[in-house]
Amino acid sequence: MLDTPEKIPVTVLTGYLGAGKTTLLNRILSENHGKKYAVIVNEFGEIGIDNDLVVGADEEVFQMNNGCICCTVRGDLIRIIENLMKRKGRFDAIIVETTGLADPAPVAQTFFVDQDVQAKSRLDAVVTVADAKWLAARLKDAPEAKNQIAFADVILLNKTDLVTPAELAAVEARIRAINPYATLHKTTKCAIELEKVLDRGAFDLDRILEIEPAFLTGDDHHHHDHDHDCGPGCTHESHAHHDHHLHGHHDEEIKSVSIAHDGDIDPEKFMPWINDLVQVEGPNILRSKGILSFRNEPKRFVFQGVHQILDGDVQREWKPDEKRVSRIVFIGRELNEKALREGFLGCVAK
Amino acid sequence: MSASAAPMQSLSDRVQPYTFPEHVLRAGFMGLVPFFVLTDGAVMLGEEPVEHRPHGGAGILCALSDGQRLVTGGEDGKVVETLPDGTAKVLAEEKGRWVETLALGPDGAVAFAVGKKVVARDGKGKMRDWSAPSTPQGLAFAPKGYRLAISHIDGASLWFAATDAAPEKYEWKGPHLDVTFSPDNRFLVTSMQENQLHGWTVQDKRHMRMSGYPAKTRSFSWSHDGLWLATSGAEAAIIWPFAKDGPTGKAPRECGVRPAKVTQVAFHPKALVLAIGYEDGFIMLVRLTDNAELLARTPGEDRKPVTTMAWDAPGKHLIFGLENGEAGLLALPM
Repeated sequence: MLDTPEKIPVTVLTGYLGAGKTTLLNRILSENHGKKYAVIVNEFGEIGIDNDLVVGADEEVFQMNNGCICCTVRGDLIRIIENLMKRKGRFDAIIVETTGLADPAPVAQTFFVDQDVQAKSRLDAVVTVADAKWLAARLKDAPEAKNQIAFADVILLNKTDLVTPAELAAVEARIRAINPYATLHKTTKCAIELEKVLDRGAFDLDRILEIEPAFLTGDDHHHHDHDHDCGPGCTHESHAHHDHHLHGHHDEEIKSVSIAHDGDIDPEKFMPWINDLVQVEGPNILRSKGILSFRNEPKRFVFQGVHQILDGDVQREWKPDEKRVSRIVFIGRELNEKALREGFLGCVAK
Repeated sequence: MSASAAPMQSLSDRVQPYTFPEHVLRAGFMGLVPFFVLTDGAVMLGEEPVEHRPHGGAGILCALSDGQRLVTGGEDGKVVETLPDGTAKVLAEEKGRWVETLALGPDGAVAFAVGKKVVARDGKGKMRDWSAPSTPQGLAFAPKGYRLAISHIDGASLWFAATDAAPEKYEWKGPHLDVTFSPDNRFLVTSMQENQLHGWTVQDKRHMRMSGYPAKTRSFSWSHDGLWLATSGAEAAIIWPFAKDGPTGKAPRECGVRPAKVTQVAFHPKALVLAIGYEDGFIMLVRLTDNAELLARTPGEDRKPVTTMAWDAPGKHLIFGLENGEAGLLALPM
């Protein structure tokens, strides 16, 4: 599913009030980048651009019961996407803006659960815009802000010009404590090349293979990295290597667990295990992601999930020089690391 | 497929084909004048279609015809009425919103929804609105009286649109999509997000559940005698019996079984013959009395879903359109 070219990529844009989502949207709509985006916004007035591909939405969330899975989805979104898809030729991708106080889960789940939406579009990435100056405070008093960081595949740490380098390092460490796996870009006025944010394919998922969890557990011998500021001209495809040296900072509430196995996994064991796991632990698991090497399968199996909803498929072939490593990542609350580790390693192909 | 080994009879050679550049949202007839509504905003009128643009450059999101006029709702927030000669009149306008749902009622009445607001406009142009508890997904006028059904999350509401009385609630948990009244005004039926239908008796709100679909039902059609409701959403047209007490405890008929999902159903206006359109572009006619099947359309290479079908009032022509802009007009041999 991740590779189907016919499906329109959808970017979910989140961020706490005032972080800079509208600035980013205005850039996406006004800059000459050769692509056309349909944008679903929650506050019509904020976008200062007259564009017939900007659609107002009502953020209507409802519970959906589909067999054994019960989850919340955005009903208004289903219909808007259905209507947009009737004129597919008009745009290359869709961006869904959520309100600053929104939980990103129902939006993301809509793309996994509604059959018609899933047949025509795919969730590309959750992009979260965070305010470098105020994020630390919001993480303390606003659970929504924390969820938005935990959910992100890509984080724009914006307004970096308003903080000192030390403050910036501190807020970055806070983000990494919650979500070490998102691709992080530091920006001023959301100035960033849009291809680093939009239509990523599974690119950002690959980060879970690049980061060694050991680096994240707070080895104090590491020096703080002299991370350069990435402005619009930066061409570094991934900043993962810089991030390795971030200081471990444990978030008291949300944490991530990453488990790797240097070899193949047995899909006959893995599928029932992961399905049972998300059924039971779904409310606590905000995101799950994985890249797996299945026995006798020349292609990588890639999956991602939101709470109890999972979506996965075989993707590209393993490259000849690529090490066949299987890794899964969970971001959530009250995760039982020991049980997760034992469960996953129980799926190793023998 | 047909049980007989002989190749199915086909009417394909009686189809006048058309190819339009966009998804065909609605096809039908005003009197005997065929029309096709395209999602990019074009309304094509006549057997040799002439283009009209009732919404200017804006796209059309919903369209309905009662056989006399065509009413469209657009991305420009306008509700426009188009007559067979192409003259268009703006009935209402809600700036900056999409008009996604419409219903046509008696004596020129129209209802539409923008966001949570439902607007009913009677034939004289008098408008009243009501704020639904959640965004209306479907609208339908009752066959008698100026009464509108509005489907939404957790049920439907029935609103006497000329009065100040609060709409009456028909509750059933879950998100409801389209809504329809039986022609005798005894039953109210909705399709649901969760691949099932829900029904109520209008009078005493008795519940009816109709489930087992692999996909959402997005097309309903009542038989001319009002005794059957044909539905899309399975690999056959599912036809529920509504004689006497309705479908509770009775099995539905399954007609036109094929390895492709049904996307559109349209009952013939005078006989128990159902036109069935599939997701792969095939169209079949099935006679309910003996299950005889006739192929009405065989698709070419590009097998896209049938998105709209309608009969003319005498039942001599079937018109249809597809997601890829292909369309056709079938003349029955009679």
